[in-house]
Amino acid sequence: MSVLGNVSISLTEEQGMLLDVARGFVRDQAPIEAVRAQLETDTGFDAGTWQSMVEMGWAGIALPDTVGGAGMGVGSAVPVFEALGGGLLGTPLLSSTLAGQLIWRAAGESAAGWLGRLCSGSVGTIAYLDGGDWGASNMGVALGADGALAGAKSYVADASVADVFVVVASEGGAPVLAVVERSSVADSAISENVLIDLTKRAANVDFSGVTPAEVIRGDAVSVAIRDTLLLGALLTAAETTGAANKCLASITEYLKTRRQFGKLIGSYQALKHPTVDIYVGMENARSFVYHGATIVGDEALDQDAEIACRMAKVAADEVMVFAGDRSVQFHGGFGFTWECDSTLFIRRAQWAQQMYGGAIHHRKRLASLLLDS
Amino acid sequence: MSDNKAALNAFRNDVSAWMAENVPTDPGFLLPLTFLEVGTEQQLDFLREWQHKLWSAGYLGMHWPSEYGGQGADPAYQYIVDKALAKHNAPIIFNTIGLNWVGPLLLDMGTDEEKAKYIKNILSGEEIWCQGFSEPDHGSDLGAVQTRAVRDGDDYVVNGSKIWTTLGNYADHMILLARTNPNTERKYDGLSFFLSPMKIDGVEAHPIRKVTGEYGFNQTFFTDARIPASCLMGEEGGGWMVAMKTLEYERGVTAGQASGYWGVTIQVDDMIEALSKLEHDGEPLLSDPVVRDDLVGFIMEAKALSLTGRRSGIPALTSDYPMGLALSVKYRGTEYERRMKQYTASKQGAQSALYVGDADAVSGGFWQRAYFSNFGATIGGGTTQVQANIVAEHVLGLPK
Repeated sequence: MSVLGNVSISLTEEQGMLLDVARGFVRDQAPIEAVRAQLETDTGFDAGTWQSMVEMGWAGIALPDTVGGAGMGVGSAVPVFEALGGGLLGTPLLSSTLAGQLIWRAAGESAAGWLGRLCSGSVGTIAYLDGGDWGASNMGVALGADGALAGAKSYVADASVADVFVVVASEGGAPVLAVVERSSVADSAISENVLIDLTKRAANVDFSGVTPAEVIRGDAVSVAIRDTLLLGALLTAAETTGAANKCLASITEYLKTRRQFGKLIGSYQALKHPTVDIYVGMENARSFVYHGATIVGDEALDQDAEIACRMAKVAADEVMVFAGDRSVQFHGGFGFTWECDSTLFIRRAQWAQQMYGGAIHHRKRLASLLLDS
Repeated sequence: MSDNKAALNAFRNDVSAWMAENVPTDPGFLLPLTFLEVGTEQQLDFLREWQHKLWSAGYLGMHWPSEYGGQGADPAYQYIVDKALAKHNAPIIFNTIGLNWVGPLLLDMGTDEEKAKYIKNILSGEEIWCQGFSEPDHGSDLGAVQTRAVRDGDDYVVNGSKIWTTLGNYADHMILLARTNPNTERKYDGLSFFLSPMKIDGVEAHPIRKVTGEYGFNQTFFTDARIPASCLMGEEGGGWMVAMKTLEYERGVTAGQASGYWGVTIQVDDMIEALSKLEHDGEPLLSDPVVRDDLVGFIMEAKALSLTGRRSGIPALTSDYPMGLALSVKYRGTEYERRMKQYTASKQGAQSALYVGDADAVSGGFWQRAYFSNFGATIGGGTTQVQANIVAEHVLGLPK
């Protein structure tokens, strides 16, 4: 048995169509000027764009049809996120998709009410981190005997626009999911973060004194948390791969048009060869991402799927950090300015590389998965 | 299970049984790791006999037409054989230039006469082929070749020299790129492509020793060598296009090769197995966190190569750079292998310094030799740096 394990990769006809549709949507509805127009707004996205995405069924793309979703499996979200990443289009879709996964995986159809709301466009988000460590237990928020939460969560994605929070909490040491309505959280409990990527939003949220609308308990909760974090890594990797591809296109465009010393700068191998490495890295990341899409399912993730999600994240982070960094450098003085899209790419790279764990987080776990079993 | 799948599975079992029975055991002398290192008559005779045996069993060039010695089968069958060869650690199938680039080229562009004359003997191993492209002064810049072929009656008279002629000292034929017109506006338009005999007066191949300490390639000298005009393939002055097509087969951009098994297959699993037997600081090497992280990187590279190979068959996932995966496969694969072998050769403590021939060398110096040998892959067929230019220009559209 090879250490390479499962190497299957495929794309259903439906996923292929989704990829086309999503790329077309980004091209037509979210050109880079539209993305830029949202950089310094409160929400970071256009409400009309989000509404269109909901109407296309993307809010429920990863959920089963029995709860109002598309019923195409969580892998079908991958082409959508790759396309969205290609436009650097920031919306709450990632947060809401993962909140849906966490609830579904922990509670199944008994949570159809919540899941139905998410599918129809209510924004969900997971409140997970207690601080900066994706590898910590993150059980700092306690659910007391009085039924109220105590403690705060950090860097909750899209908190200010969320309708529903899924708070990872501890009840007598056991993990539970506290589903909290936005209406039970005071405005003053939400303090917005200053994020490096201006297409994204997050906030610290103090849940102290808040009584959840529902608490999801049971054996499935731990596995659901673990698997949702892995899917977060996979979907972030899909988005990042799309962004890396767009970044590559922006670099090659500049290299084909900018002249110095009497020739197009793209003819210099010092610029050409690293650009090829960005291309190769992007294609590798894309292979990992679609391999992940091929083997993740609604059931608990097996070891092959875990490896796939972690490798996808590592590969996407590495190429995006390199691409964003080189994009600024290769654009020269212009690359250093706010007007150059390199700014957006390098900021996306630095945001994405930590989400759901950075390279060392995943590589350390991959070493055990690959070398100790 | 479909009939086709059932048939392939049955075939896989047959092949496996045949290999178990017929793959030769260690002959007691060093065998070459790749077709680039056939350096002794002893190796040549052994490998020729082995190739003939494989072909006689119907397991070589299976997807080539039966009228030329193939089986007219689906390429999936040959793929199964190639996998089985690797799995059984079989000796290499050595007549690679014939099998993997001349054969497919002739099937693609050759005349019926050329196909009838050459292809079967390529498969059987009766006739060995070499390649005369690079020259001492023109390697990567192939369009600048200077070896001259001058028409004289029914012959061309060839003068000049070719280098890195793998198998040249044993070969019966050479695919030769020579200049028939030195005065064309574009240097490429003065080149012609010949299926040239090697065992004639005026052609001499001098073996060159390599960094591995072994032989395998040559410098070939042409001194007023007369080759029949009928050896010209295509039009006079049309050689560049034929040469480029040849390179597509050589680089694996276009399929149709008779066997992918041109070198001993060394996988990331072999690396891990080799490292798992070593110690470092009195502990197993594989418990070292730095080594573990390095291995994660190598495994990811190997897995990416495997996945990307499979993905190239999914058009929706390659639509933005349609030729990109094929044109970058040599760039990605050969460099990964070089680094993987160097890594393994250098994690053996003091024994890293031992080479083939020392009784204490780890695995007989296999990894040290494999590392050096791998430069044949990162240099031959267009260096890594030329490959990067090709990807930059032909995939990304960057200027020359």
